Amino acid sequence: MSELSTFWHFWVSAIVIGSMLGCAVLLILTSRSEKYKEETDQTTGHVYDGIEELDNPLPKWWNMFFWSTIVFGFIYIGIYGIGDWKGFSDWSSHGQWEKEVAAAEEKYAPYYAKLNAMTVEELAQNEEALATGQRIFASNCALCHGSTATGSVGFPNLTDNDWLFGGTPAAIKHTIANGRNGAMPANGLKPDMTSAERTDITAYVLSLSGREGSGDASKGKPLFAQACAACHGGDAKGMHAVGAPNLTDNIWLYGGSEKQIEFTIQNGRAGVMPAWNDILGEDKVHVLSGYVYSLSQK
Amino acid sequence: MKHEVIEKNLPLMIVMIVIAISWGALAEIIPLFFLKETTEPVDGLEPLSAVELEGRDIYIREGCNVCHTQMIRPFRAETERYGHYSLAGEHVYEHPFLWGSKRTGPDLARVGQRYSDDWHRAHLYNPRDVVPESNMPAFPWLFEDKIDGRVTPKKMKALRTVGVPYTDEQIASAKQDADGVREIDALVAYLQQLGTVITNKR
Repeated sequence: MSELSTFWHFWVSAIVIGSMLGCAVLLILTSRSEKYKEETDQTTGHVYDGIEELDNPLPKWWNMFFWSTIVFGFIYIGIYGIGDWKGFSDWSSHGQWEKEVAAAEEKYAPYYAKLNAMTVEELAQNEEALATGQRIFASNCALCHGSTATGSVGFPNLTDNDWLFGGTPAAIKHTIANGRNGAMPANGLKPDMTSAERTDITAYVLSLSGREGSGDASKGKPLFAQACAACHGGDAKGMHAVGAPNLTDNIWLYGGSEKQIEFTIQNGRAGVMPAWNDILGEDKVHVLSGYVYSLSQK
Repeated sequence: MKHEVIEKNLPLMIVMIVIAISWGALAEIIPLFFLKETTEPVDGLEPLSAVELEGRDIYIREGCNVCHTQMIRPFRAETERYGHYSLAGEHVYEHPFLWGSKRTGPDLARVGQRYSDDWHRAHLYNPRDVVPESNMPAFPWLFEDKIDGRVTPKKMKALRTVGVPYTDEQIASAKQDADGVREIDALVAYLQQLGTVITNKR
């Protein structure tokens, strides 16, 4: 909390304390006035439709209640402060948050220290760590990858042991911590690709997983070598370094029909995995890595 | 002074009421106009670009702020889930602010860069496609409608009169920048910058 200037500190304090004291003075004056010593049948003098208003002392319960609110006000100020003064408890909303966070750190630090001492492989065998990892996954990762981690179109399945950027514990942890950017350019490395050529490449890609397309796979093969092999490899088994998927295993991130594959070639793809280190912190990323690693180890 | 004098004199009563009810504002609101923390932008805060600004107006048009707040309170439960609590200085260029007051969906103050653009598009097209239990409405028309850039420079000029430091160049290119952009892309651009000035580090 940055500070109020001296002027505004006194401005706030004067208005608040002045109002409270003003209320007190008003109460004292009305209760001391001769007119309100006891209950009478005097009226305020209003008459409306024959209805008059009695003018009597304040009821005692009401009076006491008013006084107690004033006393409460001063106690409240004493505890929580006024203007720039933080009160006898030195309270601030930000300070309260820091205390909460510090208490939680203290509570969870030993737990995370214990898990941090384990490797990702060990975490994947540890039930306690998996339970924690599953909760972290459910709150942060399930939005894209699904609560069962089986993914959907555009969001990879994490349980099939088919990895874009590598499935080693280190690769998984790196992916979670720093994110990944898939970058398949439209038409691969052959910007002048014709639609007939695209159909032939698609036929070749389909043939890699034992299927047939409407194009000529034998014509598609050299075109594939020219436009696609730099990333997907000559054998089309993909390359983890650039996140190029294996095209031979019949697992398709963006759909495996002829039309979908052609669309992908024509328009390119740019999947993004956000970075989580800043959001979750290293401890949780480590535990999460263990959980994600375990998903494909069953 | 007798009650009757005030009660039978309307202008006087109005003046007295205004004085009575402004007491709280004098102590609680007026000093904030002079507090650095509430009037100066946090380091690195930039006015929204033309496209992001149009995205923000779509956010308002579709009533996103009715179900989503943009205000992370300083409680651990919130900072744990959403990131650093919101600071006044992050909102100095917002007219009007979109803090919201009810969370049917999650807070969005720091949703920027948390999910990919693809996810946002899939989610806005039909939230159930990616979050099966979601009760958020679908917004498929955003994928068809385009932004009319003619009004964008006017919006920027209006914002400049209330203190958002748009440059002449930004206003001059605003029409070109925003015109014809799909509404969905503008909205996603707006969402992806939310709360990113302050890092999510706790």
